[in-house]
Amino acid sequence: MAKTSSGTALVTLPTDTQILITREFDAPRHLVYKAYTTPELIKRWWSGDRGEVTKADVDLRVGGKWRYVMTANGGFEVGFHGEYREVVPNDRLVTTEVYEGMPEGEAVVTHTFSEKDGHTTLTILMQLQSQADRDAVINSGMEGGMQEAMDHLEQVAVSLR
Amino acid sequence: MNDLVRLVGLAQPLVSKHLRVLREVGLVGVRDEGRQRMYSVNGQPLKPIHDWVKTYERSWSRRFDRLDVVLEELKEVKEDDDGEDE
Repeated sequence: MAKTSSGTALVTLPTDTQILITREFDAPRHLVYKAYTTPELIKRWWSGDRGEVTKADVDLRVGGKWRYVMTANGGFEVGFHGEYREVVPNDRLVTTEVYEGMPEGEAVVTHTFSEKDGHTTLTILMQLQSQADRDAVINSGMEGGMQEAMDHLEQVAVSLR
Repeated sequence: MNDLVRLVGLAQPLVSKHLRVLREVGLVGVRDEGRQRMYSVNGQPLKPIHDWVKTYERSWSRRFDRLDVVLEELKEVKEDDDGEDE
């Protein structure tokens, strides 16, 4: 197998309070896990095109805290934090996640890393507390002065087709 | 209908129930043809939902594209020093 650059993220909404994100990577899972949990590496990918990651604190143990902050292209700061609930190296991570702009909406996020033939499928299941919270997360893709970045993104995406 | 039951592998009453809901929200059309009921899919009403999720999906795609770059580097480092670990 393995053609194209592994593919694109797939987002589905299994229930009214869940978001499921799936993506395959052309790498063994211990490396995906490493890139996912090592601060210096998180800083390189977590913000996508949206800005610069200025903080990636990881205390990777049950009960340990994490916090990521990025300075978005518009100059404002966007922070997320939470706590690790389950840590099974290279296999499974369960965390809580709070978007600091909406502190009352805590999500529980389950990451699973499964490997087959040297490829890793990462699934991220976000469990929100309400449908309104779920919708707010989806809407966050469009809000916060990001429209410009998104338009740029679209151009790139179209040019790659 | 029989085709659908076979395809999805559920009992007919259950399939009928799902089809009724899908018909009510306009995602499925139906017409009688002799003794058969013919169902057709109408994906158009799903488009707004698709569009809504798409923007969010794109932000994850950008993120993961960058992660791909990091992973390529990690793989190279691995090959450079040794082949252990797994």
